[in-house]
Amino acid sequence: MAPVPAQPEAPPGATPEPGRVVLDARDIARALTRISHEILERNKGAGDLVLLGIPSRGVPLAERIAERIASVEGYDVPTGSLDVTMYRDDLRLKPARALLHTEIPEEGIDGSTVVLVDDVLFSGRTIRAALDALNDLGRPRAVRLAVLVDRGHRELPIRADFVGKNLPTSLVERVKVTLAGIDDVDAVTIHGEPGTPGAPAGERP
Amino acid sequence: MSTSYLVKNVSVLGGEPTDLLLRDGVVAEVGAGLEADDAEVVDATGLVALPGLVDLHTHLREPGREDAETVESGTQAAALGGFTAVHAMANTEPVADTAGVVEQVWRLGREAGHCDVYPVGAVTVGLQGERLAELGAMADSAARVRVFSDDGKCVSDAVLMRRALEYVKAFDGVVAQHAQEPRLTEGAQMNEGELSGRLGLTGWPAVAEEAVIARDCLLAEHVGSRLHVCHVSTAGSVQIVREAKARGVDVTAEACPHHLILTDELAATYDPIYKVNPPLRTRADVEALRAGLADGTIDVVATDHAPHPHEDKDCEWAAAAFGMLGLETALSIVQETMVDAGLLDWAGVAERMSYAPARIGRVADHGQPLEVGAPANVVLYDPSVRRTVDPAQSASLSRNTPYRGMELPGRVVATFLRGRPTVLAGALV
Amino acid sequence: MKRHLLSAADLSRDDAELVLQTAAELRSLADRPIKKLPALRGRTVVNLFFEDSTRTRISFEAAAKRLSADVINFSAKGSSLSKGESLKDTALTLEAMGADAVVVRHGASGAPHRLAHSGWVRSSVVNAGDGTHEHPTQALLDAFTLSRHLGRGKAGSLDGRRVAIVGDVLHSRVARSNALLLATLGAEVTLVAPPTLLPVGVDSWPVETSYDLDAVIPKADAVMMLRVQRERMNGGFFPTPREYSRRYGLDGRRMATLQDHTIVMHPGPMVRGMEISADVADSDRSVIVEQVTNGVAVRMAVLYLLLGGAQPGGEE
Repeated sequence: MAPVPAQPEAPPGATPEPGRVVLDARDIARALTRISHEILERNKGAGDLVLLGIPSRGVPLAERIAERIASVEGYDVPTGSLDVTMYRDDLRLKPARALLHTEIPEEGIDGSTVVLVDDVLFSGRTIRAALDALNDLGRPRAVRLAVLVDRGHRELPIRADFVGKNLPTSLVERVKVTLAGIDDVDAVTIHGEPGTPGAPAGERP
Repeated sequence: MSTSYLVKNVSVLGGEPTDLLLRDGVVAEVGAGLEADDAEVVDATGLVALPGLVDLHTHLREPGREDAETVESGTQAAALGGFTAVHAMANTEPVADTAGVVEQVWRLGREAGHCDVYPVGAVTVGLQGERLAELGAMADSAARVRVFSDDGKCVSDAVLMRRALEYVKAFDGVVAQHAQEPRLTEGAQMNEGELSGRLGLTGWPAVAEEAVIARDCLLAEHVGSRLHVCHVSTAGSVQIVREAKARGVDVTAEACPHHLILTDELAATYDPIYKVNPPLRTRADVEALRAGLADGTIDVVATDHAPHPHEDKDCEWAAAAFGMLGLETALSIVQETMVDAGLLDWAGVAERMSYAPARIGRVADHGQPLEVGAPANVVLYDPSVRRTVDPAQSASLSRNTPYRGMELPGRVVATFLRGRPTVLAGALV
Repeated sequence: MKRHLLSAADLSRDDAELVLQTAAELRSLADRPIKKLPALRGRTVVNLFFEDSTRTRISFEAAAKRLSADVINFSAKGSSLSKGESLKDTALTLEAMGADAVVVRHGASGAPHRLAHSGWVRSSVVNAGDGTHEHPTQALLDAFTLSRHLGRGKAGSLDGRRVAIVGDVLHSRVARSNALLLATLGAEVTLVAPPTLLPVGVDSWPVETSYDLDAVIPKADAVMMLRVQRERMNGGFFPTPREYSRRYGLDGRRMATLQDHTIVMHPGPMVRGMEISADVADSDRSVIVEQVTNGVAVRMAVLYLLLGGAQPGGEE
């Protein structure tokens, strides 16, 4: 049995299939800078912040946000990763998936403001799982959500506090985020738009 | 009012088609184009006629384990397998170690009427290996016992074995030894080898069998007795018997059908249907047994038909009983492994499965060539068909055949016991 | 992964590494305030122990409970098992209870295999030690412990590491499973024992063998001592416990010949003074206590991978 990736994106290093580029590297950089400032603004500084990326691509996004905050505030925000595999509501629908890395900063999350960072917000189910996972780790003062792309089609009452780009999509389309470090380049592409050949069936994250 | 049977166009021992007239319990006429108005005609075109098979090694389980097999059911299975005589092993409850028990088994066989039952007497009281049973009383009984065996257990005490070999000379008996050195096989579960080590099942070394056979050959030579070796299972045993025969020792040996076809690899399933004593051995042993059977080192194919109730096999390996069914599949296995492989012709099959076992067991009415005047013990066998073994169709009360679902060649079409059919058209009469 | 874990031979290198990597993630759970994950909520795990083994049973019980499974313990003492109820009848009872996984310890080699393949139960079967056959989760936890101390790169790789397994290999299910698994993970395994305690056919195993402990241990990266069971001492496998101890025991003098990084392991329970001296068992090199902690994480990983997904396991 090969481990089943917890995220629907292509495996690391795969050649990106052609698709329409929605955000290029510079767009992504600008979006992350803006999100970083918004977080600081909303939080009134970097104090008591904890950034937790949701693997795999939420983690480098969280790290990049942390770098930006550090350059602005001169303060290293505790950053970690939070795997939500075991909390997913569709765990039983597929063969057992490999776990991804969870790393909670030593300070813990009690009393802090946790910002969850993910690449794409879609149904909201991953974030629901993340909230459950957080609940077993401690009691943050507040939990916020930062995403690079919000593609809509929510199935749960969940919304993002910080959004890189709102991207209206249809259910049959697929949004793909690639990030240097995991993938070759920084890009957000959209695949299987109606009318393009080989449009894949809509896949829920 | 006995019916006569005219068997038409049958190939006796694989020879040119001819006719056999079975009348008044004997083979009355042999030759092409026979006619007999009063006889029932059996069209045997394409069938091979063999003398009725004789099994030197059958467990009928009665008395004591009538849940596993009875004389009635076991002899039905025998008839369906082409046997007209079986030797019923002594490890019943009570043990067949007195004239009373052997006569009971003999009588049950006569009443059942599917084949002749020759009880085997125990060598030692209660198979305990401590003192001789009343061998003479069993020999003199109505059962006229000539084969003595503690089968299931080895007569491991050298002095006791020597005395038994000597004692049975008085009535031309033979000791059939279950060769298994007990200390070397304590807790043993399967053939000792790479596989037993890997499976964590206690090994049953070939030497535990070979050491006893070698000793017994020397003992038999020393006291000038005849010895029969039960269920030879290893290449080394074949070689020991071959060398003893070459030296002139009066030793005979048998091999079981399952040891001619199955190997220890099957133990990897942990399915105790493959658990048997002696255990299934390696491919090299199988080849050596076939070669030994072909060159006459091994005199006899004996089934070691060993019925066990379902619950004794439907469990973990170590808790399961040893043994497998054999009567209804023996001839097919011999065809598959020996005849079709070109190692033995049908005359050879008659020798190994009828003449030789009858000779060893001193059974006068069986194991004679199908010639005029011979007892009409005949099996008609169709070697051209193939069948899939279905345990549910067995006449045995037990279902522990290791050949479930296997496709085997050949089918017994009819069996005649002294001119009377016990099986016709493949079914019990 | 296959649907059952019956033998270390069931695990490909990918499978074994997946278990160990999963265990590595799960081990951090021990440091969290809430030591529980919801992955097996609603699943039922039965611990079916025909042999006494409190350590292994507790380890599996903790593993299942930390994954939120319901756990039913069914052990020989005080139950129908000791009164001769058959393996089959017990299995049918468990099936009726709706077990999703059966963790079985049995004195007969192959009993878990029988449980898995006889059609008596539909659940996944995990071998928790059968006769003198195998104990695959013990091997996994040993491999996990080894890779934490000696690992190169990703969790699970033991390429080129030398492991000596010393003692009663013949009767040891731990040795069988470890020989297979550690070789799968790239380690060079040497079995060290008197000739009477090495199985027939061991030359076909993916290991080296030696009768000389002193020659082997200076090159070893890890030394795993096997328990010598009391009943073997009078079985004629070796003359006296004292002679055994002198030739195959790990004492302070032998420990001094080990390399600095070499660790000492024991699957437990130990016979101190027999195969291992007290000063060795309690030394810095000993990872024996850590093996117990790792056992829970490894068993969680196995249960999660067998039961966490769509079907219990899902046949390959």
